[in-house]
Amino acid sequence: MATHADEPPVIRVRGLVNRFGDQTVHEGLDLDVRPGEILGVVGGSGTGKSVLMRSIIGLQTPAEGDITVLGQPVTGGETTQNQELTRQWGVLFQGGALFSGLTVAENIEVPLREYFRLTGQLMDEIAAYKVAMVGLPPEAGPKYPSELSGGMKKRAALARALALDPKLLFLDEPTAGLDPIAADGFDTLIRTLAETMGLTVFLITHDLDTLHAICDRVAVIAEKRIIASGTVAELSRFDHPWVQEYFSGPRGRAAAIAQHHAPLEVG
Amino acid sequence: MSHPAPPDAPVPDMPVLSIRLADGVLAFDGRLTIARVSETERQLEDMLARSPGPLLIDLSGLTRIDTVGAWIVHRLLRDRPGSGITGASADAERLLAEVSAADRPCEVRPVTEPFILRELRRLGEYVYAFRDSAVSALDFIGLTIISAWRAIAAGRGVRWNAVWVQMEQVGVNALGIIGLMSFLIGIVLAQQGAVQLRQFGAEVFVINLVGRATFRELGILLTAIMVAGRSASAFAAQIGSMKLAEEVDAMRTIGLDPIEVLVLPRTIALILMMPLLAFYASVLGVVGGGLFSWAELGIPPATFAQRLREVVPMSDFWIGLSKAPVFGAIIAIIGCHQGFQVTGNAESVGQRTTQAVVEAIFIVIVLDAFFAVFYTALGLS
Repeated sequence: MATHADEPPVIRVRGLVNRFGDQTVHEGLDLDVRPGEILGVVGGSGTGKSVLMRSIIGLQTPAEGDITVLGQPVTGGETTQNQELTRQWGVLFQGGALFSGLTVAENIEVPLREYFRLTGQLMDEIAAYKVAMVGLPPEAGPKYPSELSGGMKKRAALARALALDPKLLFLDEPTAGLDPIAADGFDTLIRTLAETMGLTVFLITHDLDTLHAICDRVAVIAEKRIIASGTVAELSRFDHPWVQEYFSGPRGRAAAIAQHHAPLEVG
Repeated sequence: MSHPAPPDAPVPDMPVLSIRLADGVLAFDGRLTIARVSETERQLEDMLARSPGPLLIDLSGLTRIDTVGAWIVHRLLRDRPGSGITGASADAERLLAEVSAADRPCEVRPVTEPFILRELRRLGEYVYAFRDSAVSALDFIGLTIISAWRAIAAGRGVRWNAVWVQMEQVGVNALGIIGLMSFLIGIVLAQQGAVQLRQFGAEVFVINLVGRATFRELGILLTAIMVAGRSASAFAAQIGSMKLAEEVDAMRTIGLDPIEVLVLPRTIALILMMPLLAFYASVLGVVGGGLFSWAELGIPPATFAQRLREVVPMSDFWIGLSKAPVFGAIIAIIGCHQGFQVTGNAESVGQRTTQAVVEAIFIVIVLDAFFAVFYTALGLS
């Protein structure tokens, strides 16, 4: 998917400040996410990647700063009440956060029921094709989350995030805890879905392979702000100790080589 | 919500969907997205019911389509052989290909059986579950005793630090609510007793009523019920969450015995705290009754205390107190046992917590009845 640099950004963060007690997590953080791009957000543990995502989706009220998502201002707790906005995004939490009392298919139907008056049959059909789209076998539909493996839970949670055909998808470490094959499969899936459904994706990850495989742009959080953003190639030339360590360490090089020799058949 | 545009006036850039069906051509104009589909689904069904047979689906007027829209089109193509599409954009083609690749029937919820069968099955399961639960609770009591013995025999002794922490949580932190409850019960008992005894001019026997009932039965029974509600639930939820987070398994792999680490301290704490709580509750119950007698019946506290010593035999006090450690042990073990029964998901923690409270209260009341019969048979009435 080509990104549209000239269009207004889907997510616009200016001067974000987040504090917990006297500990400052973000100090004047700026970030733009352009329409149609997959933006990877990386940073060391505890640099506030998840806090940034929670601020953008309104689960965390920032101390200062302006956040605009799809042209609408985000103002902390009230945002989750703004159904016009919440129905245009899907969120995949790190642990999946599937409702444990509902089956996978019923989980997918929850947002459909909340926002629309569809017939039961159409809802069941939508749930069924979403299950298939994220690469789950049909048997997974009537299963409860506790009966699924970690990778299947992630896929099921992705199906729920995609239930409303959102424009914007938030993914918090989608490949964490998956084996490399499952992680590759998940990367491919996200890339394919992003292309077919025209999604803009905000992706938090630690996974260098994911960055190389699917991200159009990468933003690095360090020193309480975004210190750099650009393509992986641009960032690996960026002169900052953490960025250099990250992209040029043994794992970073391995991921770059793997990508160079065996590009995924996507994008 | 539902206000579809008139079929003859499609306005491409408005966020609406208009549907026209004429001469076997079904034309969508506007936005074929989930929001518009949900508004026009029934209208579309009515139209389609009037026109069976193959359709030519005209998508040239679409401004936007999502997977739900593509699914609607795909379903028509699938269910009406010989149908075709025209004027589809590249986006629409791609989404159509995507949803048709994903068209696999899939159950939404587990298969359910007929009502009668299901209820019969549940009754049977309930009976078996009751038996299994009783057996496994007995099993668990045995395990706890063996663990205690092993810990002592191996010279490890009891984890007193954990016991202190639990004693604070189950005992000290419960003082407020148990004291308030006993005090109020004492007042109610004296007040209701006074109303009845006044008819015989025997108000002074309120002291007998409050003193004996509180020390022998109510102080300990109500405390046990309150502790069952407070601590059996806490134990079940704590251990249940630890089981979900695989902490219990982690303990086993490190070589720690979860029963020794989790159950013994809780059980010992409750065995030690229950007599104290019961005594405290009884005293506050008597204080409540005494204050009421003073205020309403004019019996001064000194007289009340004097009379209390005459009418309440020490055996009442010892009988009441003798039950406390037993209740404490059983409440702790039932709570922990239910905690260990947690499997799978958060819902299970809730079920087991409820189960722990219900079971603990039930067993406490049954045991109390046994004690009453037992002590009466011993002639200690």
